[in-house]
Amino acid sequence: MTVRKNQAQLTADEKRRFVNALLALKRNGRYDTFVTTHNAFIMSDTDNGDRVGHRSPSFLPWHRRFLIQFEQALQSVDRSVALPYWDWTADRTTASSLWAADFLGGTGRARDGQVMDGPFAASSGGWAVNVRVDGRTFLRRALGAGGRQLPTRADVESVLAMSTYDAPPWNSASDGFRNHLEGWRGVNLHNRVHVWVGGQMATGVSPNDPVFWLHHAFIDKLWADWQRRHPDSAYLPTAGTPNVVDLRESMRPWTDVTPADMLDHRPHYTYDTAA
Amino acid sequence: MSGITRRRALGAAAGAAAGLAAAGAAHAAIRTTDPRPQHAPGGATAVPGSFDEVYQGRRIQGHPTHHGGHGGGRHGGHDAGYTVRVDGEELHVMRNADGTWISVVNHYEPRATPRALARAAVTELQGAALVPLALG
Repeated sequence: MTVRKNQAQLTADEKRRFVNALLALKRNGRYDTFVTTHNAFIMSDTDNGDRVGHRSPSFLPWHRRFLIQFEQALQSVDRSVALPYWDWTADRTTASSLWAADFLGGTGRARDGQVMDGPFAASSGGWAVNVRVDGRTFLRRALGAGGRQLPTRADVESVLAMSTYDAPPWNSASDGFRNHLEGWRGVNLHNRVHVWVGGQMATGVSPNDPVFWLHHAFIDKLWADWQRRHPDSAYLPTAGTPNVVDLRESMRPWTDVTPADMLDHRPHYTYDTAA
Repeated sequence: MSGITRRRALGAAAGAAAGLAAAGAAHAAIRTTDPRPQHAPGGATAVPGSFDEVYQGRRIQGHPTHHGGHGGGRHGGHDAGYTVRVDGEELHVMRNADGTWISVVNHYEPRATPRALARAAVTELQGAALVPLALG
């Protein structure tokens, strides 16, 4: 059974295996197909048109399915690997072990944002940025640039307290849990973390940075935490909503998965915390 | 060596759009969306006017896009109603429901206007060229 752990609790061996599985997927080309898919949805999901992966109720089930697929790819390399999550309310500085050279490597240098240490630095030779929006082929970051701050636990609690899953108009203007978690409105959780990391993480090709998966694994866990806190609340909308994925409609790019299929994570993985 | 580029990413986007087309009317509605002002709940009104300037040594331009041959199909599924270029290369932009703007290089941090978005992109690019947006 897959158990997703807090990245701060991983052993040296778990970190090594996770990194090696990422590098193997990069080498065989599968990694970049995930970047391509993500960017395609980033560019096509619009507030007034069809929207599936982002700025819509299906943001959470879509990314849950996307992460499951990626985790399965990692496990095709090493069956022991599970996606870790990054609790950015707790590990909120550049001094976190997350950014050490034995894991994801640190921030980018001032001149061009290039990450200079760790397994994903361009100098390591194993992490070319191929699916890109500009000419630069090296991983970039600007952790906390401009004095930006990651969300606090109090910010997270204020969003977990929202009892309504989502609300019309079911997009970036919505009230409710989903849009506050996504960050287009209010204290801003998910979007703010992308911006705090900077580099490719701030772009449509954000999965080029492996921290994408750890960030989204924590967003996914917050959805599970919200469900436990609000057992009488459920995914919305349930039917008949133009341009939006209703509870039992299938989600592109898959043809066989609906939000209803993704509500319970436990058939796929559990968390290291009581869940 | 070039590997998978933006061009192929856009090919995938077009594939996603094709899947959407199969879903029928919803997609047709997107492709024919009038690019003129959409009145969003936040009070967003007119599409901004054009601009053309040199910012940090790079030429940035923006103008409202009129449909008919440009827009959605070429961009992988939607028409923002506005085109931004950096040194002649198109920057993929999108308008949010509240009237703010994002681009593919600053996707998670909205800016008030397309000009502010173009300037933010120049800052982010640090001199690098955009990967061409055009398909085919």
